[in-house]
Amino acid sequence: MSTAAQEPTATRTTSGIAIEDLRIGLTARPGVDVVDDIDLVLRPGEVVGLVGESGSGKTTVGTALLGYTRAGAAIERGKILFEDKDVLGLPWQQVRQLRGEEIAYVPQDPASALNPAIRIGRQIVELMELRGLGTDESRLQGARDGLAEVGLPNDDEFLRRYSHQLSGGQVQRVALAMAFLPKPKVLVLDEPTTGLDVTTQGMVLQTMGELCRTHGVAALYVTHDLAVIANIADRVAVMYAGQIAELGDRDTIFQSPTHPYTRALLDSIPHLSQARALSGIPGRTPAPGARPSGCRFNDRCEYAIDECRAAVPELHDVTPGHSVRCIRAGEIGTWDISRGTVPDTDPDKKRDIILSLEDLGVFYGHKQVVFDVNFDLGRAEVVALVGESGSGKTTISRCVGGLHKEWTGTIAFEGNQLGHGSRKRSVDDRKRIQYIFQNPYLSLNPRLTIEQIVKRPMELFGIASGKAATERVVELLDQVALGPAVLKYQASRLSGGERQRVAIARALAAEPDVLVCDEITSALDVSVQGSIVALLESLRVSRGISMLFVTHNLALVRSIADRVQILNTGRVVESGPVVQVMESPQEEYTKRLLANSPRID
Amino acid sequence: MSATADRATPAPTPAPAERSTFQKMLRQKRFVFGGIITLAVALFALFGPLFAPYGENEVVGPPYSSQGVFGTDYLGQDVLSRLMYGGTEVLIIALLATVLSTVFGTLIGVIAAYGGGWWDEVIMRLNDVLLSFPQILLALVVLTSIAQPKAWMLVVLVGLSNAPRTARIARGVALGLVSRDFVHAAEALGEKRSRVIVAEVLPNMNAPLLAEAGLRLTFSIGLVAAIGFLGITTDPSAANWGQMINENRLGLATQAWAVLAPVFVIALFTIGTNLTADGIAQVNQRGGDD
Repeated sequence: MSTAAQEPTATRTTSGIAIEDLRIGLTARPGVDVVDDIDLVLRPGEVVGLVGESGSGKTTVGTALLGYTRAGAAIERGKILFEDKDVLGLPWQQVRQLRGEEIAYVPQDPASALNPAIRIGRQIVELMELRGLGTDESRLQGARDGLAEVGLPNDDEFLRRYSHQLSGGQVQRVALAMAFLPKPKVLVLDEPTTGLDVTTQGMVLQTMGELCRTHGVAALYVTHDLAVIANIADRVAVMYAGQIAELGDRDTIFQSPTHPYTRALLDSIPHLSQARALSGIPGRTPAPGARPSGCRFNDRCEYAIDECRAAVPELHDVTPGHSVRCIRAGEIGTWDISRGTVPDTDPDKKRDIILSLEDLGVFYGHKQVVFDVNFDLGRAEVVALVGESGSGKTTISRCVGGLHKEWTGTIAFEGNQLGHGSRKRSVDDRKRIQYIFQNPYLSLNPRLTIEQIVKRPMELFGIASGKAATERVVELLDQVALGPAVLKYQASRLSGGERQRVAIARALAAEPDVLVCDEITSALDVSVQGSIVALLESLRVSRGISMLFVTHNLALVRSIADRVQILNTGRVVESGPVVQVMESPQEEYTKRLLANSPRID
Repeated sequence: MSATADRATPAPTPAPAERSTFQKMLRQKRFVFGGIITLAVALFALFGPLFAPYGENEVVGPPYSSQGVFGTDYLGQDVLSRLMYGGTEVLIIALLATVLSTVFGTLIGVIAAYGGGWWDEVIMRLNDVLLSFPQILLALVVLTSIAQPKAWMLVVLVGLSNAPRTARIARGVALGLVSRDFVHAAEALGEKRSRVIVAEVLPNMNAPLLAEAGLRLTFSIGLVAAIGFLGITTDPSAANWGQMINENRLGLATQAWAVLAPVFVIALFTIGTNLTADGIAQVNQRGGDD
């Protein structure tokens, strides 16, 4: 495409930054785009949320604002207009000047962006030297002011610390302070709160929002988390497969989402205020080069018609300031946020206890990390363990699953004490309690085929072998919505969601009565999380399996669990039926967790 | 709520199959080049005796004369012929020693890593004691006390002196694997320890171990040749690359080829195995196979 034809646009006066007709392709595969047809304006003092699932190209767009593409990708077309200059057309010296000074970037993992061998204060001063800010005398004070602005201590003791001596939230705020020091006009934030606890995340988001608005900074907030977007953004751009699917004000996007993809995303997100029947989006996000022709969402869209496959729809306005890339935008009816809500579980339901923990104390060496935990789990019931990192929730689940040996107290399964560690347990106990790990990329042996992985528990527990076992594997894969085609695959050929389904199938292969699920959806996209939760719910209903569900996501608890245990530094601070705990929390800690959890309802 | 499961994912469209590790290695210049050299020298040593112009101990002329391609040696035997005869034993001993050291070392390393705690501590400290001896010294201590060493003794000695080095590498690789969740998953199911090691851990160590074995082969050749140079061989009259260097060193000034020819072959072979090992290690480092 010729860029010369679009020359007249240079006459307009933009404040903030504007992306025009951006297309980024792969250098190794001509004709294949990573992102295409991106038009986006960031106004001063405005936070624009760029949301999409993994593989949607959101980070690629974010870094393109700095005139940067990762190795192997190249900007093929388009402009980044900043103060009426095209960033992409500038010589590299000027781009380098621009980066950090006018357009700042906060990476996803700030710990890796700070030098571990240089003290915090020195690092900030060094940044100012590099940018030519202040004088030798004023820089240290400048560093202190910067830290104060993000709500961090700025005494000498703090300035002398190394980055490993700070908590995750503090590191992130140092990164924010460093990004704000040169007083940039544009800020690109790439999932800066992923991996932080909700209370810390709440703090960082609040700091960031205040800074952007007071300094009149145009910010692009890149994330996969719609709930965070709902709390911080003024406008929202939803990306799918390298294109913007829907763009509009925050309230418009969350109250009347019009693109089927936006709606499907919203359908897959749990709410804090009410239990929902979550649903996933069928299929997987297509990779660059494997995207369908026509509308890129057509193969996963429930409203798709033949016309959708014919041509790529244009991003057009449905109302002023709200544009949608869907030809059926006006025809598919309205959407309601309360769609998919179901009644909360009845707190007075009769319970048939299958697993009970009494006075559980857990140790790592001499250090006690969990204290006096008591709770029980009924048949076909889901109990959620909720807490921030370091609360001991995973540790407790590992004790139940037989992965951690150093504990005291009682873990009784149908009245019988369970052994410390799986090797001290009877075959029957090992078979009936199955553990599913957080990260499906680590929990499947990369050298084995899916068939071998799922078959193993059956052979081990003498449930089936040989041909009968293979048939059972196919049956189980079908239950977790995977076709028999994956039998001979190695795990590396599957996506994260598919891997987690395999891990669930492996657990089911042992025909368990209790599933211990350790944050099993936290490594997955929201739409995949939705379908995994739906799958677990159907298993609970059809097989009467009980689940111990470890999570940090309170909204998810509302939709999946019957009872909840809120944990803080190794102790249960509040527990009870989900409705009761979430509707009328008694403890300060629970209230704070609830208040800081991002919500879209 | 169960009704929503109907909308769950249908059969997935698989990602394209990853190229196998071997295919990736074949795209490495280093690996291909090294492999060709290694193969060529190995074939030369293996089939040399069939094509040698003279016999192994046949006197063809005066000592240190320039008769024939590489001249004659200190007894007037043809250097080229002895070169062609002298490789088989060196290579086979080195290869078997490498196999032995890889198997033994891997076992030690994996058991130490998987056992953890005291096991790890005790095994690896003992390993360090062995490591602190120079390899050649360890071999010589035993060999000098025996009048006429057998080939299997050389294999065992070279193999065992290499094993602690392989063990260190194997432990390092295994440490990264035993803390992975799929090993925990196998343990939670109550798999036997031996099966966890054999079925879960070992298959994931192929590539790094292969690279290490290539390196060990290089060292083994050197060690076997060095032992030969020091005059310790299974048959003093038989040709042997290492021994040839020793026998002919007095004539270095008059008939250099008698020394240089075996030196070059050994050098060529070690370069070949080293490049191959390096190629494997590089493919492995880029982490393509995960």
